[in-house]
Amino acid sequence: MINLLIEPLQFEFMQRSLIVAILVGLICAVVGSYLLVQRLALLGDAISHSVLPGLAIAYWAGINLFVGAFLSGMLGTTIIAWIRTKSPIKEDAAMGIVLSTFFAAGVTLITLIQKDNKIDLNHFLFGNILGVTWGDVRDTAIIAIIVILVVRLLYKELLFYTFDPEGAQVAGLPVNALNFGLMSLISLTVVASLKAVGVVLVLALLITPGATAYLLVNRLNRVMALGAGIGILSSISGMYLSYWVNVPSGPAIALVAAGFFTLAFLFSPQYGLLTQPRSAVR
Amino acid sequence: MTLSMPSLQATSAGLFRSAGAAACRAEGIAPIQVNHLDVFYRDLHALEDVSVAVKPGKLTGIVGPNGAGKSTLMKAMLGLIPAAQGEVSWGQTSLLAQRERLAYLPQRAQIDWRYPATAWDVVMMGRVRKAGWLRKFSATSKRAAEAALKRVGMEDFAHRPIGQLSGGQQQRIFLARALAQEADVLFLDEPLTGVDKRTEAVLFDILHELADEGKIVLAVHHDLGPTIKNFDEVILLNREVVASGVRDEVLQSEFMQQAYGGWATNWAAAAA
Ligand SMILES: Nc1ncnc2c1ncn2[C@@H]1O[C@H](COP(=O)(O)OP(=O)(O)O)[C@@H](O)[C@H]1O
Ligand SMILES: [Mg+2]
Repeated sequence: MINLLIEPLQFEFMQRSLIVAILVGLICAVVGSYLLVQRLALLGDAISHSVLPGLAIAYWAGINLFVGAFLSGMLGTTIIAWIRTKSPIKEDAAMGIVLSTFFAAGVTLITLIQKDNKIDLNHFLFGNILGVTWGDVRDTAIIAIIVILVVRLLYKELLFYTFDPEGAQVAGLPVNALNFGLMSLISLTVVASLKAVGVVLVLALLITPGATAYLLVNRLNRVMALGAGIGILSSISGMYLSYWVNVPSGPAIALVAAGFFTLAFLFSPQYGLLTQPRSAVR
Repeated sequence: MTLSMPSLQATSAGLFRSAGAAACRAEGIAPIQVNHLDVFYRDLHALEDVSVAVKPGKLTGIVGPNGAGKSTLMKAMLGLIPAAQGEVSWGQTSLLAQRERLAYLPQRAQIDWRYPATAWDVVMMGRVRKAGWLRKFSATSKRAAEAALKRVGMEDFAHRPIGQLSGGQQQRIFLARALAQEADVLFLDEPLTGVDKRTEAVLFDILHELADEGKIVLAVHHDLGPTIKNFDEVILLNREVVASGVRDEVLQSEFMQQAYGGWATNWAAAAA
């Protein structure tokens, strides 16, 4: 058994994948916790689908993929906010429109360029963690450091803002800047996670580990910490599954994360379907 | 703004508490002046030409029927909703230029009570601005939060998740947050919703104390029952200001009828 885990690590590509899996599991859970508590899970999905056209254009133009994807994700977020404020359309519909449009544009662009560039649309959509390069490791590490640092430094402000945005605004916090910062963090995290899970399933790493932790602990910092642990475990397991049974890493990671969630859903001491005290049923 | 004769204040505190405190702080805290405020939600003219003053040292209630624009007035004053016209000034500048002196307790429904935070986390939010960017909370901030929790009688609940508290306890935690903030202006939107008798008493005790300290306390009040006697001043609102000023003068039947239509007349007669 131990051998089964250790043996693949003699390959350098598995070492690279392992580093990326750990970093991505960590930051997705941390940043995703903010989406979870703001009930903005769908926004995570919208941003992740929005990065695709930027990715394609960056590939075609030969600029850093992470930069292209990030800008594209931010553009998607901006358009969602713009539709919501300038028309009677509600946020969820705005997200649906932007998500599908950007995704369609991305798939179209990638299909157009993939023949000449020997790239595989499936890798963008569902992840290819075993194809991680050292350049990817470096970029992922830089993003992870930025994300963790910003969350640490702005923790109290972001807690206030995500819990009670109006109270925070009245007290004088720059809520628009905080919101923009949060959206940037989410875009960065999505971009860092593309190799591991792909755009379609980033949401699994953003939301599921945090939601699992939410059933077990009840303070944001603990949701983040426990969620990070679960996220890391999920992405490492997914990586091995991808290696052994030759499935794309994204679905493998998503399924492992869902397994953890199911356990917490059934057996959480406080909210578990089978274990919660009667009085806690709401 | 220290008092030159603290001993005098101490001896007179019992007798002239309200008037004395208000008078000696009067120079420190000016009234808030709302001038010709208009607010629209798309086509709906929610507030029309609203002009009122909210005085320090008094407990002021905003009263009016459902949908009268009470919450809207509060939010527009706080800059949470843009005003089409008008301004809200406080002393030499606008109210919004002095945000670090403002605290707001939103309507209960606006808060997600399942948010993963403890009572302590919520009270400490009142110290975020004072702590400053990129810094951890200081010992002073922690002491302020502890004192605030004690003042609302919730010191034993600091580590409880907010979702596990009763409505009244949640409201007291929010009040503690405002106290910890050491704000000079406190706005509360329907603070009595879903609240028990004990919380009601604690809440009004503290609001009266704050007013006596010369602060500005403004609350949207939904209930025309006996609790309205807690307010010194009333702003009677129905899209526009029907009347404002001393409570008993504003709550006369003719104003009430104007604001509420026929049925309120009976209430006003009963209360008089
Ligand atoms: N966000 C909003 N969008 C559109 N209309 C609103 C909004 N908020 C309030 N209104 C409308 O504005 C009017 C005043 O609302 P509100 O200030 O909440 O009243 P009150 O607090 O006195 O019950 C009501 O007719 C309400 O339906
Ligand atoms: Mg209201």
